[in-house]
Amino acid sequence: MQEYRLEMRGVCKSFPGVKALDHAQLRLRPGTVHALMGENGAGKSTLMKCMFGIYEMDEGEVIFEGKPVKLSGPLEALEMGIAMVHQELQPIPARTVGENIFLGRYPMKKLFGIIPMVDHDKMYADTAALLKKVRMEFDPKQPLGELSVSQMQSVEIAKAVSANCKVLILDEPTSSLTQNEVEALFRIIEDLKADGVSIVYISHKMDEILRISDEVTIMRDGQYVGTWDAKELTTDLIITRMVGRELANLFPHRENVPGEVVFEVEDFTSINPRSFRDVNFNVRKGEILGVAGLVGAQRTELMEGLFGIRSHSKGTIKYQGKEMVINRPKDAIDNGIAMLTEDRRATGIMGVLSIADNISVASLLKYLHFGVAINNKKIEELVQDNIKKMNTKTPSSKTPIQSLSGGNQQKVLIGRWLANDPDVLILDEPTRGIDVGAKYEIYTIIAELAKQGKSIIMISSEMAEIIGMSDRVMVMCDGRVTGFIDGKDATQENIMELATQFE
Amino acid sequence: MKTKQSIPRKIVAYIKGNPIVVAMILVALYCCFTVDNFASMANFNNLASNTSVRFLIALGVSGCLITKGTDLSAGRQVGLAACIAGVLLQRADYTGRLFPNMPEMNMWVVLLIVLAIGCVIGCINGIIISILNVPPFIATLGTQTIVYGTCLIFTNAQPIGGFQKAYTTFLNGKLFKTEGFAGIPLYLVVAVIFFAIFWFLYNKTTYGKYMYAIGGNENAAEVSGVNTKKSKILIYTVAGFMYAMAGYLLAAKSGGASSGLGNGYELEAIAGSTIGGVSTTGGIGTVGGILVGVLVFELLKVVLQFLQVNPYYNYIAQGLVIVIAVALDIRKYVKKK
Repeated sequence: MQEYRLEMRGVCKSFPGVKALDHAQLRLRPGTVHALMGENGAGKSTLMKCMFGIYEMDEGEVIFEGKPVKLSGPLEALEMGIAMVHQELQPIPARTVGENIFLGRYPMKKLFGIIPMVDHDKMYADTAALLKKVRMEFDPKQPLGELSVSQMQSVEIAKAVSANCKVLILDEPTSSLTQNEVEALFRIIEDLKADGVSIVYISHKMDEILRISDEVTIMRDGQYVGTWDAKELTTDLIITRMVGRELANLFPHRENVPGEVVFEVEDFTSINPRSFRDVNFNVRKGEILGVAGLVGAQRTELMEGLFGIRSHSKGTIKYQGKEMVINRPKDAIDNGIAMLTEDRRATGIMGVLSIADNISVASLLKYLHFGVAINNKKIEELVQDNIKKMNTKTPSSKTPIQSLSGGNQQKVLIGRWLANDPDVLILDEPTRGIDVGAKYEIYTIIAELAKQGKSIIMISSEMAEIIGMSDRVMVMCDGRVTGFIDGKDATQENIMELATQFE
Repeated sequence: MKTKQSIPRKIVAYIKGNPIVVAMILVALYCCFTVDNFASMANFNNLASNTSVRFLIALGVSGCLITKGTDLSAGRQVGLAACIAGVLLQRADYTGRLFPNMPEMNMWVVLLIVLAIGCVIGCINGIIISILNVPPFIATLGTQTIVYGTCLIFTNAQPIGGFQKAYTTFLNGKLFKTEGFAGIPLYLVVAVIFFAIFWFLYNKTTYGKYMYAIGGNENAAEVSGVNTKKSKILIYTVAGFMYAMAGYLLAAKSGGASSGLGNGYELEAIAGSTIGGVSTTGGIGTVGGILVGVLVFELLKVVLQFLQVNPYYNYIAQGLVIVIAVALDIRKYVKKK
């Protein structure tokens, strides 16, 4: 048996204007969890997509079980035993769990011995067995769209397992899971490891990495930094090697001073009885209000309700005592509210459009000549100013936003809202999927905005972020606000206690 | 940090990006040297006026395409506008007049009426699509048939002729005519004016920016405060306006109109736009590109005619070009990986 299950050597991959991978490498031992770490844009996902055959490598080789292989597509990778659970899940919601798992390789039988048809009985029986194996027991015939995100993820893992995979790539598998679900995932990973599967684990969460992984490979700017035994590593060591410099602190020093109450929400209730209800809270001028809760606590739904993306049945929103009528995002924007949405791809970026267009879209009306013609020169100034302030890494302002890394896309989107100079800024998971260095930059921006007197509402599922950045923490559970904690007194324990107060 | 490209490199990039355009230009050049009368003033005028009218229709439909929609009612709307203009502008002494007792109307008043009707139909399309949320393909397939039916009822399926002299002579006339200069066909002037208007709309106004934003990601545009429903209604209304404009010109150009006029023009317009780089996946497209695309498509027709290809084969050739154009467009995005 070879020492390594899979080796990637000297992998190079360029995109227009960016060298995403520069002689990257990776070596996987059988039956181990191998963490792949690096800042956003370091090339982790690109490397995995090369391994899985989604991208073609410009240079380099892949050696699988001792033999050099050339992958031309995901199907081929799957047949060889390489499976990937994507960062953004790509299921078909309207079809059943079983069909999603066996998509593209349905078990077949022959009608009358000649006409090939899908063997549904076998498919659903196999699905049930698989689900049991990943310790998830739900109906194989249930439409996938009815499951929660974490359940969908289990289905994806079951799909990978069903392909008898020898290498399993997990790209940010825990980004939308609760603590219990993470534990369940870890049990599955242990099972797979015991079966001899090599697992590539991509995550930004240090505690997870240090707990679950055997080896850690770190990448920086598309290059290979090194591979270490996980036991030799600490959070500080990993961060230092990832960013190539010492990070003194995870959170910046904040100088904002919360003033009088400016933003008030009273009895805010969704039209959907299972969503947010009777929500009361306020935010002070220059205050950062952290919003904590488990997945499903309806935090995003509440904020989208305040911003007019979702409808509410009753409740009032006031700014400086004046009631605001908000039925759609435009109303909220006109009232000085901005919202960075949770799902960057679905409701944030306009992929094919330039960075300039993406930054200016919400504030175009401020840049009109004679009320008609857009002043492109002023917009370019705004955009350049934004790129500089946010330290956005891009070849030019005309680059399509889809060719930037996630962190840089997020900076562009924050820039979009700042161009409107809002009074109230709602940030829904502002640092999701963003690397440590860029995170710090975004925290600094948030702190600076609060110092300027803006009221910030920040939803986050990362405890450290909530505790480290909030002046006050609002905790939600199952659509209700279950309590407030002063930022100085907030701990993981007292937040969790409020977050689990189910009725 | 702009990367400046040298001119030869730019040319190579253009050839790679627009193979159909380049191929068509080469074929046309070939015809110039080998086919008699191809490089003649008459052929140029014919090509210019055909392209001008088709360009107006393509401009109309381009907004729908850029917002990931489409407008299948374009051709029938052109036909209806032509018929309405024709009926209202029949000479008082013409024996086959549809409404014999109607007084003769001023051609400019009729233009306004036709344009207003176009806007109303376009607006209805927009409302069906953005308020009732019917997919554009189905919505405009429905209105296409409705508009055609209306046109049949209105004209009683009779061909319409006998237009006022003022209408046909003015629109078929030439501007800046001097002794030494043959003048510029009016159609061409109209096309140039609308080129300028649309260039301005697409590049310099919130109308255009919001249109591209909706095509890029409609949900994101909505969250950024763009009134996407209003924008889409406006886009389809402008489209209706452009079809009406084209219909008004087309009736004068051909000196007659019938309910069958405009049949299939939506496909030509969509094809022209796509050849010219309007992406079927939304968010991309320029006015200059649309002009080039329409011109290439018209050039194809003229070339086939001059090479004496059996006219029935024309449809097959045009269909192939449409499919190839879209396939090449999609390839640009698929190949990015």
